[in-house]
Amino acid sequence: MPTRERALLLGFAALIAVVLPALNALPAGSPLRIADFTLNLFGKFLAYAILALGIDLIWGYTGVLSLGHGVFFGLGAYAMGMHLMLEIGTKSVYGNVLPDFMVWNRVAELPLFWKPFYSVAFTLVAVLVVPAVVAFVFGYLTFRSRIRGVYFSIITQALALCAWLMFNRNTMNLGGTNGLSGFKTIFGFTLNDARTQRGLYVATALTLCLAYLLCRWITRSPVGKVLVAIRDSENRVLFSGYSPAAFKVFVFVVSAVLAGVAGALYVPQVGIITPAKIGVLPSIEMIIWVAVGGRGTLLGPIVGAFGVNWLQSILTTSYPDLWLLVLGGMFVGVVLFFPDGVVGTILKLIARFASAPQPGARAADVAAADQPTKTSEPVGIKAR
Amino acid sequence: MLRWRGRRDAQRTASTPRVAPPSPPRLWALLAALLARLSEFAPVARAVIVGVLMVLVGGLGTVAVAAVAPPELIKHIADVASADGAVQEAAAVALGKSGDRKVLPLLEALREGSVYTRPVPGGRSETVIVGDKVSEGDKTLVPLFSAYGREPITGSDGKPVLADLSTLGEVSAGRSLRLALRPLIDAFSGQSQLGNPDMNVRKAAAIKMGNTGDPSALPALGEALQKERDPWVRHDIDEAIALINSRAADESVRAAAVARLGDLRSINALDRLHDLASDGAQPRAVRNATLASIKRIERWALVTSAIETIFQGLSLSSILLLMALGLAIVFGLMGVINMAHGELMALGAYATFVVQNWFAARLPGSFDYYFLVALPFSFLVAGAAGFLLERGVIRFLYGRPLETLLLTWGVSLMIQQGLRLWFGAANVDVTSPRWLSGGIPVMVGVQLPYNRLFIIGLAAICVSAMYFLLFRTDAGLRIRAVTQNRGMAACLGVRARWVDAGTFALGAGLAGLAGCALTQIGNVGPELGQNYIVDSFMVVVTGGVGKLAGSILAAIGIGGLNKIIEPSMGAVFGKVLILVFVILFIQRRPSGLFAAKGRYADA
Repeated sequence: MPTRERALLLGFAALIAVVLPALNALPAGSPLRIADFTLNLFGKFLAYAILALGIDLIWGYTGVLSLGHGVFFGLGAYAMGMHLMLEIGTKSVYGNVLPDFMVWNRVAELPLFWKPFYSVAFTLVAVLVVPAVVAFVFGYLTFRSRIRGVYFSIITQALALCAWLMFNRNTMNLGGTNGLSGFKTIFGFTLNDARTQRGLYVATALTLCLAYLLCRWITRSPVGKVLVAIRDSENRVLFSGYSPAAFKVFVFVVSAVLAGVAGALYVPQVGIITPAKIGVLPSIEMIIWVAVGGRGTLLGPIVGAFGVNWLQSILTTSYPDLWLLVLGGMFVGVVLFFPDGVVGTILKLIARFASAPQPGARAADVAAADQPTKTSEPVGIKAR
Repeated sequence: MLRWRGRRDAQRTASTPRVAPPSPPRLWALLAALLARLSEFAPVARAVIVGVLMVLVGGLGTVAVAAVAPPELIKHIADVASADGAVQEAAAVALGKSGDRKVLPLLEALREGSVYTRPVPGGRSETVIVGDKVSEGDKTLVPLFSAYGREPITGSDGKPVLADLSTLGEVSAGRSLRLALRPLIDAFSGQSQLGNPDMNVRKAAAIKMGNTGDPSALPALGEALQKERDPWVRHDIDEAIALINSRAADESVRAAAVARLGDLRSINALDRLHDLASDGAQPRAVRNATLASIKRIERWALVTSAIETIFQGLSLSSILLLMALGLAIVFGLMGVINMAHGELMALGAYATFVVQNWFAARLPGSFDYYFLVALPFSFLVAGAAGFLLERGVIRFLYGRPLETLLLTWGVSLMIQQGLRLWFGAANVDVTSPRWLSGGIPVMVGVQLPYNRLFIIGLAAICVSAMYFLLFRTDAGLRIRAVTQNRGMAACLGVRARWVDAGTFALGAGLAGLAGCALTQIGNVGPELGQNYIVDSFMVVVTGGVGKLAGSILAAIGIGGLNKIIEPSMGAVFGKVLILVFVILFIQRRPSGLFAAKGRYADA
C-alpha cells in the first residue's frame, strides 16, 4: 500500500472508529459532543456501507447487477433478530418465554428452527453461513446456466419479491409484516444504554474497516483481475479457459455474506427488522447508493451509502413527498450524467488535472476504471 | 322488503286521487317503455326496480280499472272478518290458494291488523282495509280501502271516504292465523317474481322457494316451469321442485326428487342431500338415490371447478400477456429493459379514470360508453409518455441494458410519486360499464364474467394486431430491419431513430391498454404497476428475447400455473414455486422458449 493511501485510510478509519465515538462519550453540554441519536444514525449508515461494499464487489467490479441483495441483508438481520428476540425471554409484554408475536399467533411451542438461536455462537455463524448458502445455491443455479446481464437482474428481483412475500406470512413464524422488534439486550448488555449503542457503533465501524480491507485484498488479487475481466468481456474470459461462473458464484457469496453481516449489525442499532427491508424497492435502493458513490471504486459505495441515506433521513422528515422524486431523479441523473458517481468523477478530475501538461494522454480512461487490457493477461497466466 | 317498498308507492299513488290517473293505454305504453329500459340496469338495481314496478302495476291497475271481486271470493272475504278463528283461517287459506293477486293486500293487511269491518246499509257489514290514521279533534279518522284490490273507497263526491275509527269493527288476527298467513304471502311474492321479466329475479325466486321447501309453492313452480323459456331459469325451477319434493311424505316421490337433483347436478342441493344421507330414518331406496346423487354432483363440481380454474388462468394469462407484449416489443426488439412499464400501465389506468370522470361530469347519459373512449385514450397517453421517455433519455443508453434498467426504475419511481401527488395515495374508483358486468352462464355451476372475457378478447386482438403490424406492414418491416441490423437498415434509408421512438411508443401504448383493461378487474392505485412488473418480466425472460410466440406461450404457462398452484398452496408459495420453476426451466433453455437461432456469443 502506498504510504499516502495508507495514511489517508488510517486517518479515515480513525475518524469513524475512534474520534466520533470519543466525541459522543464527551459529557453532555460540551459543544463538540455528538448526540446519541446522530451516532446511532451513523452506525446505521456504516452498516449500510458494509452492504454497499458487497454490492460494489459484484456490480462495480464484476458487472453483475443483483437486485436481490435485500434478501441477504434480511437473512443476516433476521438471524440476529431471532437471537435478540430469544434474549428478551420472559421480559416481554406477555411475560412468556415465546416472543410476543408467537403468543398473538397462538403458537404453543417454539418452532424447531428457532431453538439453535439461543446460542450466541450459532447466531454469529448463521449470520455468515445462511446468506452464503442461499447465495451459493442461487448463484450456482443461475450462473451455471449462463444467465447474465439483465436476466440475472430480473431473476434476483423475483427472488427479492418472493422472499418479501414469504417473510410477510405469519405462518413462517418470523413475525409477519411486523417483523421482529422490541429487543431488550444484546449478549447481556442493555440495548437502551448509550454505552451499548456506542459499542455497537464501534463494532460496526471496525467491521466496515475489515470489509474494506477484504474487498481491497480481493480486488487487488489475481481473482479481482479476473472479476474485472468478466465485467469487461465475459466471453473473452470464457474463451481464455476460465470459468466465469465459478468466479461469479464466489463473488456473489462474498457479497451476500457482507450483506448478511451488515444486516446483523443493523438490527441491534435500529431495533427492528421487517419484511419491508428486504423487498424489491429496498433492494434496488441499495444499488443507487453504490451508483451515486461511484462503482468500481472501494471508497465510492461507502460515500454513497452514507450520503444517500443521510439525504433520505433529512428529506423524509422535512419533505416526505419529495423523497421518491429525488430518489428517482438520482437514478436518472447518475445514469445519464455521472456514470462514475461522486468518487469516480472526482478521481477523474484529479487525474485530468494531474496529467494536464501531457497532451494526448487519455487520463480520464486511466483513472476511470481498471483497464482489462493492461492487467488481465499477465494475471491470467499467473492464476492458471 | 321489496313488497313493502312497492306497497307504499302504490298507496301514495292511490291516496292522491286529485292527480288524474293516466288513462290505461298510455299507462301501459309507459310501463312497457320502462321495462325495455330495464335491460340497461345492473341486476340488483333491476331486481329492486322490477319489484317496485310489479306492485305499481297492481296498484295503478286498480285505479285505472275498477275491480270487483269474483263471486267465489266474496264469501271468503267476508269470512275473513269472522269472529271464529277457524273460519277466519280457512277463509284466508282459501283466498291464498285462489292465486288471485288482488287478495294479497288483504292478507298483508290482515297480518298487520289493519283490517276492519264497516256497517253498510242493510244491516250487514263489509270488510275493508284502513290506511294511515289522521287525528282530527278527538276523533281518529282513517281512509278506507276496498278489501279486494285495495282501492280507495270514494264517497258520492268522488273524494276518498274518511271514516271515524270508532265506528269500525276491528278484525283481530290471532297467532295461528298470522302463522298461516305468512307462507301464503310469501307464495304470492314468489309467484309474482316467477313471472318477472328479469331472469335474474325469476332465478332468485325459484332458488328461494326451493330453499324454503314449502310444498304450497309447488303449483306455482309447476306452472312457471311450463311457461319458462330460459334454460337456466328452467334449471333453477326444476331444482326448486325437486328440493321441495325431497321433503315429500311419499317415499317414492322423495326418491325420484333426489334422483332428479342428481340429474340436475344441483350444487345448491348438496347440503340437503347430505342431511338426507345422514338421516337414519330414511328408507333404503331414498338413501341409495341420495348417495348416488351426491356422487354425481360432487363429480360435477370437480369438473366445474376445473373449468373455472382454467378460465381464471386464461384471464390472468391474458393480463400478463397484454403487459408482456409491450415489454417483449421494447425489450425483445430493442434490448431495452423498461422498468417503468408498470407505471406506464398505471398511467393508462389513470387515463381511464380521468375519462370516466369526464363522462360522469359531462355526458352522464352515455356514461356506459366511456370505456370505448378510454381504451384508445389510455393507449395514446401511455404511448406519448413512452415516446417522450425514449426521445428524452433512453436513446442515449442503447446497448447498455443495466444502465437502462436503473434509469427506467428511477423514472418509474418519479411517475409513481407523481401519480400519488396528483391523484392521492388511495386507490381510485373505476366503475365498470354496465355491459361489462355480469356474465354468461355456460353450464350448470359455471359462469364466465364478461369483464374477464373482454380481457381475453382484448389480448387476442392485440396479439393478432402486433403480428399483423410486424409481419405484414411496411412499418413492421422497418422495425424488424432495425432490430436485426441497425447500421445496414440506416444505410438503406430507414430512419432508425424514428423507428426506435415509434417502437418504444407502441410498446408503451400497449402497456396503457393493459392498464385500461386492468381497471375492470383490479384496483387502481399508484402501486398498480409494481404488482405486476416482476411477473411480466418473468414472462419475458421465460419466453425469450425478440419472439412474440415465446412471450405468448410463457404468459399462458405462468398465468395458468399460478392459478393451478394457488388454490392448493396459496398465492405466496405459488409465486415462489414459479420462481423456482423458471430458474429450473432456464437451466434447460438458457435463452428462453424460442431462442434466436444463430451463433451469437452475446445474447
